[in-house]
Amino acid sequence: MSAPLLEVRELAVHRGRTPVLDIPSLRVGPGEVLALIGPNGAGKSTLLLTLAALLKPAAGTLAFHGEVLDSEAKRQAYRRRVTMVFQDPLLFDTTVRENIAAGLRLHGVRAEERQQRVEATAAQFGIAELLDRSARHLSGGEAQRTALARAFALRPELLLLDEPFSALDPPTRGGLLEDLGRILADTGTSALLATHDQAEASRLASRLAVMKGGRILQAGDLQQVMNHPDDPFVAAFVGMETLLQCTVTAAVEGVLTLALAGHELIAVGDAEAGDSILVGIRPEHVTLSLQTDKTSSARNQLLGTVTKVIPWGPFHRVELDCGFDLSTWVTPQSLTELALAPGRPVVAAFKATAVHVVRKGHPGGEAAQT
Amino acid sequence: MDLIWEGLRKALELLVGLDPEVLGITLLSLKVSGLATLISVVLGLGAAVVVALNEFPGKRLVIALMNTGMGLPPVVVGLFVTVLLWRNGPFGFLGILYTPAAIILAQAVIATPIIAGLGLAALQHLPPELRLQILSLGATRRQLVWLLLREARLPLLAAVMAGFGGVISEVGASIMVGGNLKGSTRVLTTATVMESSRGNFEVAFALSFILLVLAFSVNALLTHLQQTRRPR
Repeated sequence: MSAPLLEVRELAVHRGRTPVLDIPSLRVGPGEVLALIGPNGAGKSTLLLTLAALLKPAAGTLAFHGEVLDSEAKRQAYRRRVTMVFQDPLLFDTTVRENIAAGLRLHGVRAEERQQRVEATAAQFGIAELLDRSARHLSGGEAQRTALARAFALRPELLLLDEPFSALDPPTRGGLLEDLGRILADTGTSALLATHDQAEASRLASRLAVMKGGRILQAGDLQQVMNHPDDPFVAAFVGMETLLQCTVTAAVEGVLTLALAGHELIAVGDAEAGDSILVGIRPEHVTLSLQTDKTSSARNQLLGTVTKVIPWGPFHRVELDCGFDLSTWVTPQSLTELALAPGRPVVAAFKATAVHVVRKGHPGGEAAQT
Repeated sequence: MDLIWEGLRKALELLVGLDPEVLGITLLSLKVSGLATLISVVLGLGAAVVVALNEFPGKRLVIALMNTGMGLPPVVVGLFVTVLLWRNGPFGFLGILYTPAAIILAQAVIATPIIAGLGLAALQHLPPELRLQILSLGATRRQLVWLLLREARLPLLAAVMAGFGGVISEVGASIMVGGNLKGSTRVLTTATVMESSRGNFEVAFALSFILLVLAFSVNALLTHLQQTRRPR
């Protein structure tokens, strides 16, 4: 692994006497996009402000390119290589052009280069035609594009994004996410993105850290955390809606047979016969049909009854009773074709690899189902 | 009504005829209140920036005092400044009582809390995260203050207008520390009071009209500054 761009050690932040952040270690590599996800109050913004050297930690060190930021001069110099974008675009009351140029002026970039960089950055973010407009008359998406362009014009080595999309409507957010992902990749800029939306995180980030109560519960490769959460909170937060406590009845070469509410489930994972384990199933991995399909590769096919159908944006969320609660997503088309309505018997199918082992051992504590 | 028309006619006559005495009084008013406002902008905005950007114990008390100061009665200021500048008072050695300098001092005492109080409100009205955003764009402390003042320029100019309006129109302090001495400390308001008490209503009216025009012109200039250089 190459030297990290930013490295945090034993970081602690207090508000008054209350500890609000406790991060033993965190690294961001060059060109890496790390998403911090967690509910409101998890400490995501506090962590970003600390990493931006805008909030002084009570303890711990921040090292940039291996050099510890231990003086105000170093922190000031560091602030010129790292930039933060907030949920509120916080634009200045002037033109879009002057907004994008604002950071460059602060850095003392000469007029000629400033103009060239403003125009190039505006073009990247698709706001070239807005340059002479007043920042007061922009839509939410245009304003956030301007804020991002203002940050990118500085060519920061690390970009700290504090829920920059959460105030935008879904189509605007989608377009901006796509553009930002492309620009981050093109420029090789490292970024930390705080969000409470796991879909947003998975579109931009390659690594994921799940936060709660000022701590990082789990951090790692995006797919690893999404599919192998090692904690029920993380599992629920990355979209693993169905969590089941069950007993391993057989384990042969990594293929597990699980007993649950009179059903037998087949899973893939690391456990031994007799273990009590918590498994998670993502709704998008569950398919519905009217009868069992012997030709399918889905090893788990369970009879169940529809209990609820809830319209959910472009999809419908269908909740089932299979002896335990299970949920899935269907398109309006499937809803009609399968005549899904409460009381309808259906077959829910999912592959053995869709059953993820979240945690081994001790039943109880959390409810078996969430 | 006749009195008003007579006053207007007299005002025009004095203005058009460039009456040297009225001209002197007008220019002195402008100079004294202008300088007092300038001093208040420096002190008042300085105080507003310091209070807005720093957290310290007793901050609320300081803000409450600043806000109380906005309603400081000119006669009370006049009294204190007179006592301080009195021949055997603590600053009597300066020998500035009954000079324009004393009026400038008293008016600055009146306008400073107005500009500080309204200026602080203007700065506190900015989004709290704006300061962090500016710092994260790489601003130094000085650049931060400059950008915050620029962002709050509309309400800040309103604060300056309120300060100027307060002192150009006050009479109590000017008459107490200036003494309304002809050709030396007579300003528009003190002259108006005097002419009115003598029953020279048309001259009093004339001076009042000039005062109104002056106040209007200065505020029009500041409004122009406030509203331009702002993109549509």
